[in-house]
Amino acid sequence: MTLPMGRPMREIFGETVAELANEDPRIVVLDGDLGSSTRADIFERAHPDRYLQMGIAEQNMLGVAAGLATMGFMPFISTFVSFALIRPLDQVRVLIAQTGLNVKITAGYAGLFTGMAGKTHQIVDDVSIARAMPGIVVVSPADDVEAAQVLRWSATYDGPVYVRLVRDATQRLFDDGYRFEFGRAVLLREGRDVTLISTGSQTPRVVDAAGILAGAGIDAHVVHLPTIKPVDVEAIVAAAERTGRVITVEEHTIIGGLGGAVAETLSEHRPTRLHRVGLPDIYTESGPNDALLDLYGLSAVRVAEQVTQALERMG
Amino acid sequence: MSDPLPASVPHAVASAGPAIDTAEIARLEEIARRIRVEIVRTVNHARGGHLGGPLSVTDILTALYFRILRVRPDDPGWPDRDRLVLSKGHSSIALYGAMALRGYFPVEELATFDAVHSRLQGHPDMCLLPGLDMSTGSLGMGISAGVGMALGARLAGRDCRTFVVLGDGECQEGSVWEAAMVGARYGLANLVAIVDHNKLQQYGWPGDTPEHRLPPEAPGELLAKWTAFGWRVLEVDGHAMGELVRTLEEATRGEGRPTVVIAHTVKGRGVSFMEDRYYWHTRLLKPEEFAQAMAELGEPAPAVEGGPT
Repeated sequence: MTLPMGRPMREIFGETVAELANEDPRIVVLDGDLGSSTRADIFERAHPDRYLQMGIAEQNMLGVAAGLATMGFMPFISTFVSFALIRPLDQVRVLIAQTGLNVKITAGYAGLFTGMAGKTHQIVDDVSIARAMPGIVVVSPADDVEAAQVLRWSATYDGPVYVRLVRDATQRLFDDGYRFEFGRAVLLREGRDVTLISTGSQTPRVVDAAGILAGAGIDAHVVHLPTIKPVDVEAIVAAAERTGRVITVEEHTIIGGLGGAVAETLSEHRPTRLHRVGLPDIYTESGPNDALLDLYGLSAVRVAEQVTQALERMG
Repeated sequence: MSDPLPASVPHAVASAGPAIDTAEIARLEEIARRIRVEIVRTVNHARGGHLGGPLSVTDILTALYFRILRVRPDDPGWPDRDRLVLSKGHSSIALYGAMALRGYFPVEELATFDAVHSRLQGHPDMCLLPGLDMSTGSLGMGISAGVGMALGARLAGRDCRTFVVLGDGECQEGSVWEAAMVGARYGLANLVAIVDHNKLQQYGWPGDTPEHRLPPEAPGELLAKWTAFGWRVLEVDGHAMGELVRTLEEATRGEGRPTVVIAHTVKGRGVSFMEDRYYWHTRLLKPEEFAQAMAELGEPAPAVEGGPT
């Protein structure tokens, strides 16, 4: 049995920020000419006066956001990760992270799902990069329900936030009763044999993998880390203590992202056998979503395979 | 001193308001002189920092802080204040000198420039020094922040103006032109950019001799570019205080689009051996050079201040 599909996070973005802006006059959305893709167009229709087209000029867009923030506005940046974080990285660093200004980098098209755009648009090193930058927090919601709550939370947080959003519909993990808590891990399944830690829309696939593993007699403990910075040290250590073996799974490079954060945490606080599942040190290629997940070992079936193999090696 | 305004470039301030009276010009020139003294003294004391750029931008910052800007140094967070962004953040010591003399902080605090725990960082840090409207230092960014401030002022219905001071070398950064494009798109009449056009950058392209480096832009290039990007362009001698003030006042009239003032300046202005010499961008003064510089600025200093202890 697999988790059902939810709605695309990009639609949730447009709708949620538009709703937030009904009550919060500080909110403006800055678009880098991709509103019809990122669904900033939903916000534009609701609040045309607070939709600010910045054109295909993303370095300037991040700087304008900083200037708007000094005037009391709360800018939400809407474009692809590649253009919201990577291309204007120095603007993010100097004008937003170093100043602590109240800018929300709510970037779409994180990970592999880019409408088959390929490696220029598939950003799988953003968590490592954002995580290393002082002054900015990093949140990667699992599904549409959590994405809406993360966006709502971000408007209550005074400072720079990087939110990783996914283009396409992904599996729904949470019901409406779920409540996102910044900085807190979420225990999704209790198990004894191995701890699986995941983030973002990879987490529903890990939950499905745990179901497959259960059928093979492997009882996985599953933890979701929506907040990658600051990381929930206590929860990671507790989960490691419970099973003695930890496997991280992420739709991202295994260097410096979730796997890196967990490795650092455990090495320092409770050395534990660890294996990282994710993208090796490569650039990815274009293809249909399911084919990519299979190719890069991130589908539920392929995750279950890798966990089984890793456990054999770990002993 | 060399004439900063090339003969081929017309003064473009025909419609400016009444001339500034001579006593007011003299007042501003004396303030500028004192800022230059503080620049040379402070950089010499810190044994590091920029000289050429701060000395070229001094008159511009003097005109802004002491004549143009609507600010309250005793209430630096006043929401309706005019904003100033020093996009060429490496000229921070000129900004600090102007702010100190304007009353934002004691002049004595300039001695902490570049030291640890100082509010006067090598490049301006808005988190440390009240009255600083934006952190800068990585070139080409301040103009974007200025566009955001001007846009925010309009959205919030505030009457304040935003001034951004750029270097001419900085105008090589592509992001400057992204900001120029967007500023014109939004018709930001409440935005004024001032280019400190001193015709030199840190090192520059090689010229005819080892001493000579080519200017960051060809003559007329900045005028053509800003014009092409839809900005109203004014040009002025950036050291002629009366004309400078009148031009900046004219610049705030807006006319439905942002205005850029191309201020023709001399790098190292006020110290004869620094003027128009690229290598005084950052260079340590020898004791005798320090003494000569202070004497030329009308403030002879004891020779013992010239060197490290």
